[in-house]
Amino acid sequence: MKHLLGIADLTAGDIEHLLRLTDHFVEVTRRRMPKVPALQGRTVSWLFYEDSTRTRLSFEQAAKRLSADTLSFTVSSSSVRKGESLRDTALTIEAMGVDAIVVRHRSSGAPAQVARWVSASVVNAGDGWHEHPTQALLDCYTMREQLGSLDGRRVAIVGDIAHSRVARSDVLAFTRLGAEVTLVAPTTLLPPSLEGWPVRAEVDLDHVLPRVDAVYLLRMQRERMSEALVPTLREYTARWGLTRRRVELMDEKAIVMHPGPMNRGVEIAADVADLPRAVVIDQVRNGVAVRMAVLYQLLGSGQSLEVPSP
Amino acid sequence: MADRERRSTPPFGGVFVARTQVLDAEDVRRAIWRMAHEIIEANHGGGELVVVGLQTGGVPFAAEMVKALEKIDGEAPPLGTLDVAFHRDDIGLRPVLPSAVTDIPWDLSGKIVVLVDDVLFTGRTIRAALDAVHTYGRPRAVQLAVMIDRGHRELPIRPDYVGKNLPTRRDEVVNATLDGVDLGEMYKDGR
Repeated sequence: MKHLLGIADLTAGDIEHLLRLTDHFVEVTRRRMPKVPALQGRTVSWLFYEDSTRTRLSFEQAAKRLSADTLSFTVSSSSVRKGESLRDTALTIEAMGVDAIVVRHRSSGAPAQVARWVSASVVNAGDGWHEHPTQALLDCYTMREQLGSLDGRRVAIVGDIAHSRVARSDVLAFTRLGAEVTLVAPTTLLPPSLEGWPVRAEVDLDHVLPRVDAVYLLRMQRERMSEALVPTLREYTARWGLTRRRVELMDEKAIVMHPGPMNRGVEIAADVADLPRAVVIDQVRNGVAVRMAVLYQLLGSGQSLEVPSP
Repeated sequence: MADRERRSTPPFGGVFVARTQVLDAEDVRRAIWRMAHEIIEANHGGGELVVVGLQTGGVPFAAEMVKALEKIDGEAPPLGTLDVAFHRDDIGLRPVLPSAVTDIPWDLSGKIVVLVDDVLFTGRTIRAALDAVHTYGRPRAVQLAVMIDRGHRELPIRPDYVGKNLPTRRDEVVNATLDGVDLGEMYKDGR
């Protein structure tokens, strides 16, 4: 595995391999000194063309706990403002000597494009409406931790599916691991076609909730209001928000997930976000270990290198 | 280096073919029993001991060692397991993937840690283990028990307790389990 560009490139076996590797890094993060020398002498750089605090911090913590050196690149203070192209920026960063570049970009496919230009490993940290593979991996890991396995589990993904790279990556990852996925959203926020997606779509959340093991809430973005896809936030909350009343409809062991940052009072009620079954903080914690596993797999496992036969 | 290590590590090496049996199961049991006595003697009892088996070959020996220590001293020391993959010096040179999740749920500060492995060869695994142990605290002492010391050290590392010293050629392979110890060669599949 040279790059991680999307869940679409991974088999169920690849995903399971990365989740097993994550178990080891969860153990590392629990040590008194939670750091291993595995990627000593390697350098990881960020190329973030979109604001993101949590994903960037999570990758940075992962790289540091593997003893890799990090080079941070912030678009707002860089030559991109002066009109440098993505290709020139990527080649410049690579020329400084980096082994992996973590890319976030508002255009779908930008990380794949960077991977064609540079010889370093590229990790997609979110591109347009396309994919966010490390988010899906940490969601799978959290679900496995909470529910034992994803096989045969029923998951509802609720919210703005059409514009969500998290939803795309999650649908691919969850279904590959054997989960049954139901998308719940107003029809304006569903993709125009679900062809090729092994999922069902429903509009009525109350109808879906009693039958699921996990509810995955997506962040409701305010700009969708101005696009007139949803009349008002209050109406969205009334029909698709996870309120206390709706939680009562769920199985008592079912969990609530959210990729963050949460809009308390919109897609999730403030008191629901603080229930023990809401595992949002566990997702963030597992995110560091998952990203350690990804960086180790790309840079440290030796699998990207030619292995001579004995 | 990578080549030799790979040959001595079963998953990467092909098929092991035994030539001679060096120890049988009873010899192994007696050697563990003797090493357990030596550990108690050297440390004036078993009070502060923590036994850590190295994944994967050292773990069954460590478990037997703990049983022996319990019979001798009346109390079983805690048993941990350690996978040193992330601390190895050949990461990036060969596939280095961990096997089982490390299990050391204690602070090792002030303890006497006895590392247990099946075969001591170049010493690089033990170098990595010493590095790893210190991420769990600062032990009072770290000691090393191995079933077989086959020589060919590449680092200044020596064992404190040895089941058997076994002179070998570099290209030979030692297979040590609780059922016995065999000396032989590794063959690629199909040869």
